[in-house]
Amino acid sequence: MLEAQLEPYTQLRDNMARRDRSLREKVMSLEEAASFVQDGMKVGLGGSTMSRTPMAMIWEVIRQRRKNLSVSRCIISTDGDLLFGSGASDHIISSWFAQGILWGLSKVMRHHVETQGKRFEEWSHMAVGMRYRAGGMGVPFLPTRAMLGSDVMKQRPEAKQIDCPFTGEKLLLVPALNPDVALIHVQRCDAYGNAQIDGLQFMDIDLALAANSVILTTERIVSNDQIRRAPDHTKIPFFCVDAVVEVPYGSAPHECYGLYEPMMNHMEAYVSQVNSDPVDGMRDYLEKYVYGPKSWTEYLSLIGMEELLDASQKGRSIYND
Amino acid sequence: MTEAHSYTASEMLAILSARQLRDGQVVFAGIGVPLLAATLAQRTRCPALTILFEGGVIGAFVEPGKLPPSTNDQRCTKRANMVLGSADVLLLLQRGYVDVGFMGGAQIDQYGNLNSSFIGDPAKPKTRLPGTGGGNDISSLTNMIVAMKHEKRRFVENVDFITSPGFIRGGDTRRESGLPAGGMFRVITELAVFGFDDTSKRMKVLALNPGVSREEVQDNTGFTLQFDDRTEVTPPPTEHELQTLRLLDPERLFTA
Repeated sequence: MLEAQLEPYTQLRDNMARRDRSLREKVMSLEEAASFVQDGMKVGLGGSTMSRTPMAMIWEVIRQRRKNLSVSRCIISTDGDLLFGSGASDHIISSWFAQGILWGLSKVMRHHVETQGKRFEEWSHMAVGMRYRAGGMGVPFLPTRAMLGSDVMKQRPEAKQIDCPFTGEKLLLVPALNPDVALIHVQRCDAYGNAQIDGLQFMDIDLALAANSVILTTERIVSNDQIRRAPDHTKIPFFCVDAVVEVPYGSAPHECYGLYEPMMNHMEAYVSQVNSDPVDGMRDYLEKYVYGPKSWTEYLSLIGMEELLDASQKGRSIYND
Repeated sequence: MTEAHSYTASEMLAILSARQLRDGQVVFAGIGVPLLAATLAQRTRCPALTILFEGGVIGAFVEPGKLPPSTNDQRCTKRANMVLGSADVLLLLQRGYVDVGFMGGAQIDQYGNLNSSFIGDPAKPKTRLPGTGGGNDISSLTNMIVAMKHEKRRFVENVDFITSPGFIRGGDTRRESGLPAGGMFRVITELAVFGFDDTSKRMKVLALNPGVSREEVQDNTGFTLQFDDRTEVTPPPTEHELQTLRLLDPERLFTA
């Protein structure tokens, strides 16, 4: 399987040597940043489930009609539906794929996997994390004690079971995952890409270190002075980052810690539409919310002021009540 | 204790599951009934219970009426002791910091293996299910409590696919597979509380829920059940348990 093949270490180092890692401004538009994502690439998504999903960047990538993306995310939600449903991706690597626990199975995922030949490649949650971490560490694998004995392991010839050379115990080696590009949404960063993440960081730090390029979308671009006043809050250093895009409500209709909760009316309506008809329902949703709007702002206005304000009111009080 | 007279199956599940926890334990809880049950235990008998969520939360203290829609949402972090990366919170299981893992289940078999990946042949599945999430990690690395609906199609002799390992094929096969720690501890349903035989590692009935007969449990199970020599009858939910639970989930998100 091609996508499981490890990128040779010398190639990873050459890629890194060629990256411009200088302290430089890299602010651009969603349209410009999307050029970092090319057909057939391995794309890593930050956040988890309905949290800090890089939705605006995914939205733009779908609008630009990218194809054959191999997408990884620790837990994937409606973003996975949109990537399969639009044809942008035919391969998703994750530990869990449904819209959300409240809604049962994703009929969109089921349609594409059961009848359209698309692949949902399943690893345990920790194994996804160890794959990004190995990628970020510059080693070809990490050992874990999970997945052993299960059929999840049997489905994954990419992972190798070994007898530990020190103890003789059975261990599972999971291969490094170095995405070509990572899409990560954060609360704030500066123009250089120093990113501060509030709340749950999920696997974003390992993902940023592992990837060969990183597109950051951010709720706000702040001054470098502000970053330097609280360097302990900086979770991703600027030299990992290749593009910075300011996108308020960039995770909508999902949540962004401390700022807004998921927009549940929109989510409910989406799920009911696509699960009742995963083909036509999805096509109509994409037409109305992804291809139709002239801008991200117009997309947000389709979700509606009332939803945005309600989600903001709930999200802002989480640690500031 | 006042005995409660009217409760749903999910409420019964949450209450009986909560009773399995002990004060001071570190519990890794999944979303839904497990989160509710762990929180219920924390608010009743176990004030020093530490709840972990796979999103990266240590010491969760979920707010009544504001249940998170998943264990990766910001509501999970409210008044927690610490947040960290999701790979790191899962690694705490591997190091051994966690006493109990607590999950729901879609399909379980006689050895406590859980399937949440495929119905039918994985190469050509009848139904592709959402997958393991953290379930495989939790069940591979600690002692498990599973709370689930009791139906014949969910309690099968052998699962179609082992997503989250119990005792694999019974006996020593779990340890021989490279999983020396943890294993299935309890399965809680609206009909009974189950444990596992020390030697064969097959599921057995430890206690029947109030008003449930042995025949009713067997009729709803797809394999032959053993009954413990001392099979008991579980005391019904108390008013206090039920009221506390309903305060936690007033909208009945997970207890309808």
